[in-house]
Amino acid sequence: MKTKTRKKKYEKRAAYIFVIPAVLLLFAFLILPGISTIRYAFTDYNIMRPDDINFIGLQNFINLFQDKDFLKSIWNTFHFTIFVVPFQCLLALGLALLVSSRRRGVSIFRAAYFSPMVTSMVVVAILWSVLYNPNPNNGLINAFIVKLGLEPIGFLSNPKTAMNSIVFMSAWQAAGYQMMIFLAGLQGIPEEQYEAGAIDGAGSIRRFIYITLPGLKNVIKYVIMITMIQAMKIFTQPYVMTKGGPQNATRTLVYYIYEQGFQSRNFGYACAVATIFFVIVISMSLVLKKIIKAD
Amino acid sequence: MNYKRKKLLGNIWFYAGNTLIAIIFISPLIWMVSSSLKPESEIFAGMNSLQTFIPKSASLKNYMEVFTRINIMKFILNSFFYVTIIIILDLFINSICGYALAKFEFKGKDLLLTLIISLMVLPMESIMLPLYKQVADLNWVNQWAGLIVPFIAKCFSIYMFRQFFVDIPNELLEAAAIDGCGPIKTFFKVVVPISGTVYATIFILDFVGHWNDFMWPMLVATGEKIRTIQLAIQTFFGSKPINYGPIMASLTISAIPMLIMFIALQKYYVEGIASTGIKG
Repeated sequence: MKTKTRKKKYEKRAAYIFVIPAVLLLFAFLILPGISTIRYAFTDYNIMRPDDINFIGLQNFINLFQDKDFLKSIWNTFHFTIFVVPFQCLLALGLALLVSSRRRGVSIFRAAYFSPMVTSMVVVAILWSVLYNPNPNNGLINAFIVKLGLEPIGFLSNPKTAMNSIVFMSAWQAAGYQMMIFLAGLQGIPEEQYEAGAIDGAGSIRRFIYITLPGLKNVIKYVIMITMIQAMKIFTQPYVMTKGGPQNATRTLVYYIYEQGFQSRNFGYACAVATIFFVIVISMSLVLKKIIKAD
Repeated sequence: MNYKRKKLLGNIWFYAGNTLIAIIFISPLIWMVSSSLKPESEIFAGMNSLQTFIPKSASLKNYMEVFTRINIMKFILNSFFYVTIIIILDLFINSICGYALAKFEFKGKDLLLTLIISLMVLPMESIMLPLYKQVADLNWVNQWAGLIVPFIAKCFSIYMFRQFFVDIPNELLEAAAIDGCGPIKTFFKVVVPISGTVYATIFILDFVGHWNDFMWPMLVATGEKIRTIQLAIQTFFGSKPINYGPIMASLTISAIPMLIMFIALQKYYVEGIASTGIKG
């Protein structure tokens, strides 16, 4: 009995030694700035005058909903998310089906589809801003479009196509990641189900609809969730490729936080944008988690 | 016979189809590497034919130009340095925290676990302004500490470690206790040596995440001293004279370390991605 309580005491001491470093760091660099974000959102804090911070209530939020640039940045962020999620997930699922067999050499193809993911987003964004050049003499993609007898496309220089060009590139860059998750899901579907399906005379399309898709149901939901939340945070692509332009067409929420906070130095205002961003992302992940857990 | 023919046909479809699709898929990357080997005048010549993917007269001139214009090796080593330090500290601090949450009894344990799981969804982008201010107040702008310290503790890592350690049988720990190991010694002598997979998984996920990180280094690494490779190529892209050969060479150089890391640790990376899917 005595040794047991002594053991417990040791364990408790060890537990505190083990958790304290992480807890202190999380408090200092995650929780504290999180609280500050919300606190500053109700002030007129400007970096240029750090000694003159006033509490201004909901004024920042009232201003935000009359700020056309802000409303456009919400719209742009959702535009990106709504387009990139289905496109990227379908691409990833297609690629996963292509390389789900256990034939020799399949890992080479898997690596090929994954390779844009290994290349960083900055590299990919620089490369594609060259590929997307509107002039068919300098832009690879337009050179091929002209060769097919079509008109060259403005891609990043036309406000109508700029965001969709970023969508296409982003899906291409990151689809390999979701492909890997789908692959793991596909390998979890028992082989016997396919064999039984084949005996029943089901063709490959029917087997896909009645065996593969139901077997992947939870994986698909999870992939959609992480892709959506990842998409909401888009920043690097507009920063490297368009600086939010042309005509605000690619200014996203995180880009607007950066611009307001670090370029216009409206720290309080930027924190209000960050608070709204945070509320959107959190409620989105809560809703999505609920949908996933529903089954 | 019929079965054999069907199998052969399936194989042909598989290899031919995948080869074609894979080549189209990675054609932007092929063009990047091919252009990096071409003289400037050749890059945009003959772009409407497939020849654009093959350098006629390949040379490493563009690479030489990158090396003379910027100290790219220094920036690669900078990235290696800060990413390595983050990973070492992440593996240490988050694994002990995850272990305590998995195997020790202490006051506030459930609350802490709930807190860590809820904080996992907090996007870094929403706290970056006050975080930057804190780092600036500590005089960490353009210092290694500014790149490293805020990102050591990670809720995601703690959670992954905890999920792994929970499955370690208690009998093993009790046996160590009977041999006279205290709880801390048990962790380092018994648990760590059998937990290679989870450490390798966090290692590679961390490596990819931080190596590719752009936004935070852009805010904090304002000078050349701690400039990371991602920032360096972005700066190089915008600095005159703008020659596309050297730009493509710089992109290719910057992708090589990641490629090597991926090939070496592919198994753990793929497992890591897949297991976040199953456990998350």
